[in-house]
Amino acid sequence: MARTALPGRLSTRLTWRVATLAEFHDETATARTLRLDVPGWPGHLPGQHVDVRLTDEDGYSTQRSYSLAAPADGDRIELTVQRLPDGEVSGYLADTYAVGDPIEIRGPVGGWFVWRPPDPAPVLLVAGGSGIVPLMAMIRSRRQAGSRVPFRLVYSVRTPADQFYAAELRRSARADGGLDVAVVYTRSAPDGWARPAGRITAADLEALGWPASFEPTCYVCGPTGFVEAAAGALVDLGHDPRRIRTERFGPST
Amino acid sequence: MGIVSPGFRRRRRDDADLPPGQYLTHDFPVLSAGPTPRIPLPEWEFAVVTEAGVRHRWRWDELLALPAEEPTVDIHCVTKWSKLATTWRGVSLDVLMEDVETAADYALVHSYGGYTTNLPLEDLLDGKAWVAYEFEGSELSPPHGGPARLLVPHLYFWKSAKWVRGIQLLLDDEPGFWESVGYHDYGDPWREQRYQGD
Ligand SMILES: Cc1cc2nc3c(=O)[nH]c(=O)nc-3n(C[C@H](O)[C@H](O)[C@H](O)COP(=O)(O)OP(=O)(O)OC[C@H]3O[C@@H](n4cnc5c(N)ncnc54)[C@H](O)[C@@H]3O)c2cc1C
Repeated sequence: MARTALPGRLSTRLTWRVATLAEFHDETATARTLRLDVPGWPGHLPGQHVDVRLTDEDGYSTQRSYSLAAPADGDRIELTVQRLPDGEVSGYLADTYAVGDPIEIRGPVGGWFVWRPPDPAPVLLVAGGSGIVPLMAMIRSRRQAGSRVPFRLVYSVRTPADQFYAAELRRSARADGGLDVAVVYTRSAPDGWARPAGRITAADLEALGWPASFEPTCYVCGPTGFVEAAAGALVDLGHDPRRIRTERFGPST
Repeated sequence: MGIVSPGFRRRRRDDADLPPGQYLTHDFPVLSAGPTPRIPLPEWEFAVVTEAGVRHRWRWDELLALPAEEPTVDIHCVTKWSKLATTWRGVSLDVLMEDVETAADYALVHSYGGYTTNLPLEDLLDGKAWVAYEFEGSELSPPHGGPARLLVPHLYFWKSAKWVRGIQLLLDDEPGFWESVGYHDYGDPWREQRYQGD
């Protein structure tokens, strides 16, 4: 793995900032997109995340990481949180957290799982479930930068109702030149869908991704089992492991 | 105390005494920067290379032939989870360093797949670190660093390099992979040294 140079701001101390919820909308029945105002936000690269700290009235506090879902819009940032059954922080952020309420965040964090708009290499994005979030930030940054770098997204979800950013991704595939979007369903596919529902395989990535000879940078993000399977399949298809970057969300099996 | 988030209620009861900002988990999350490397055991080797360039190396069967220990330790990941009383089997770095002559103060750990991480040499000695090849009585699985990983439980777990292949002894500190992208140089969980400047 090559060592990556970082923008100067990352080497300065990361301080906790108070963020307030400006607006939100439900992405699916179990996921919510939050738009937060963070005064003094220094900006970030797509793929980076923030740490969120919650504190209750008794002084108990806990932290989790959430990917930035979009390029910064001044002091405004966007997160998308998938509610996990019985999850301590995701449940609060996806259900209880209300407009005007404060949370503490710090970041941006992470300098490896990032895409830099001037990078000319083709990109293969492979998302499982909520692993789409940092990859969506890359797609949106590409659009914002007016980049024509070939981008291909393979997005694995359980059912059509579990897709994040569904309307935007449908639109993007047509409107953003050089962006291909393919959705793979693991539990139930729409009527008439050619591929039967099932977990992602090397054959899917061969059919829907870029050939290894095209030398894309691959970003794979999702639950541990998904990332293990998808990154392993890419290696089997001949992709250089040094060009495969992974980020794993949540528990192992 | 931090800023209170209205309506936030504690749901997890971590009775244990955890480092600040950590929560207890019972499964074993995986964090790595790339795909899991595949390392055929006949090709596996672990090397300690001194600042003078002297190389001490062990093949897989040579590692297994060394006296092993079974440490039971708590582990703390910078992504906020901690696991308590995990049991490992492996070779103490004290054994591997026994015949190594060095004046180095620092170590840069290298992994199959290209990962690196740095730490002071003294954090690897005196019963503080192992090259581990079993977890909870079973061979260490590849996603968790198998065939062998470094185990340095008193530091954040990114210092416990998976798929370890060797240690380079250095007179001067040199940042590793995460350390050069904004993570703390040392990584003491009890002082919450997550990122540079913490
Ligand atoms: C770099 C990074 C980026 C991330 N980005 C995102 C993102 O963009 N969006 C997103 O939604 N998530 C993201 N995550 C995951 C996120 O950080 C949290 O892990 C997730 O929201 C769950 O937190 P929680 O507090 O809700 O669940 P927790 O309370 O931590 O619980 C997690 C799960 O484990 C179960 N569990 C917990 N404790 C126990 C126990 N004692 N016994 C049995 N079961 C238990 C819970 O029921 C739950 O299903 C990211 C993680 C990382 C590391």
